[in-house]
Amino acid sequence: MLSLERVGKTYPNGVHALDAVTLDVAPGEIVAVIGGSGCGKSTLLRAVCGLDAPSQGSVVLDGAPITKPNEKIGVIFQEPRLLPWLRVTDNVGFGIEDRPKREREKRVAAALERVGLSDKAMVWPRELSGGQAQRVAIARALVPRPQVLLLDEPFSALDAFTRVDLQDHLLNLWAEFKPTLVLVTHDVDEAIALADRIVVMRPRPGRLSDEIDIELPRPRDRQSAAFDAAKRRVLTALDRSLDRAVNAVEREQKAAQGAAMWW
Amino acid sequence: MSLLSMTVAAGQLTPEQRRSRRERLSRYVRPALGLALPLAAALAWELAVDMGLSDGRLVPPPSVIFATFVELAQSGELQRHVLVTSLRVAAGFGIGVVAGTLAGAATGYSTLLRQLLDPTLQALRAIPSIAWVPLFILWLGIFEGSKITLIAVGVFFPVYLGVMGAVMSVDRKLVEVGRAFRLSDTAMVRRILLPAVLPAYVISLRSGLGLGWMFVVAAELLGASEGLGYLLIDGQQLGKPAQIVAAIVAFAIIGKTTDWIIAAVAAPFLRWEDAFVQN
Repeated sequence: MLSLERVGKTYPNGVHALDAVTLDVAPGEIVAVIGGSGCGKSTLLRAVCGLDAPSQGSVVLDGAPITKPNEKIGVIFQEPRLLPWLRVTDNVGFGIEDRPKREREKRVAAALERVGLSDKAMVWPRELSGGQAQRVAIARALVPRPQVLLLDEPFSALDAFTRVDLQDHLLNLWAEFKPTLVLVTHDVDEAIALADRIVVMRPRPGRLSDEIDIELPRPRDRQSAAFDAAKRRVLTALDRSLDRAVNAVEREQKAAQGAAMWW
Repeated sequence: MSLLSMTVAAGQLTPEQRRSRRERLSRYVRPALGLALPLAAALAWELAVDMGLSDGRLVPPPSVIFATFVELAQSGELQRHVLVTSLRVAAGFGIGVVAGTLAGAATGYSTLLRQLLDPTLQALRAIPSIAWVPLFILWLGIFEGSKITLIAVGVFFPVYLGVMGAVMSVDRKLVEVGRAFRLSDTAMVRRILLPAVLPAYVISLRSGLGLGWMFVVAAELLGASEGLGYLLIDGQQLGKPAQIVAAIVAFAIIGKTTDWIIAAVAAPFLRWEDAFVQN
């Protein structure tokens, strides 16, 4: 069980990015975090993986607080972030360097097989396409068999076809060990295609706005009416989360004008 | 007949054969292309002197330079001077590289050390290194100590700057990958920082070595009884331009060779580079 208890983050420059986010994620659950830009989605993810410590509250995994990167938690970033000086196979094996060579090779080969890149094992990262590189990054994150896998807009830089392809790859990989997935995205279709539950966030400061359970059977048909219905629900929730923010901005602007007149 | 059959044979080559043939050709032709200009110039001057357009006394023709070169080599004179100069450069380069690497890595890695050391080092860098010579001679005497120190100072700065800049500009995102995989400090240095700075390090080593050869000449011109710089001064004082040019040629050869050695040793470690020009 992954629990966030009133997690807040204020950056040293005074930006209040995240305010008292409380969220429980069950083992094997897929949660998508969605929201407008600047609503603290990435900040939340960085707090969960221990790269940035939260200023308030705590992240707890199976009773143990997470304050620094943990072997049970894997991360996939928006960019592949492969190490350019390692061949694909060494990139995939990056997180299990301490294991015996035989085991390492076996697990790396299996992971490459699963993402369909066995033939690229000895290739340099520079020779991969964007989609292939992100698949290598997924393999690299999964090879150490984390309990929780965090994904920070992992497919946002890819074209629509590659994106859907990679979402399917991800689901196949997930089905094997069923790790907990927390996926940050701004793509509603992606959230509905993947998640059991969608958490909608609201900006300035980032906090939870809505939670929507997606109870569609897998594999999910993106053309189905149920998919569309879910999409409408999520879009409505997103509108709701942003409306408030727009109003708040207007109020601030009016206040500023009023202040100017007062002077 | 044979020409015809060759043409026919060429016409029957498969595209792969033709490509490999073109590759083979370009492998030999392309390096040779760089020789065209110097060879043409040398030939032109040789002919000019030969035809009496110039007496070639102050600017000796290639044949005379070559003869001088061979003469110096046969007497063992050249080898002795080359060895002395090379040893000076080796010692100065070694000291400069070690000091530059340590200082550059420390200031690149730690903000505190950078704020503490970098302003001073940048101020020292602004001083033309030759300006130190009188002081070095006063402190260290006129023999090897002052010469090697001058070379080390010359090598230090490009290496220091290169390493500091390279460490500071290591991609934060890759460092984060290291953190996400819980690398220890030493593992972070070995698995992320070192490979990331290597390309820039090789370049700073090469420019450092270039400055090393530059400063060994300065050091030897200012007073030496052996070394290639001494050959230069000796040639000037005794009016032997061919000897001067022969020494210059020797500089060019060993300078280029040592630079090539660094590049060749580093090449296997840099094959991953996603560069504009792939080797």
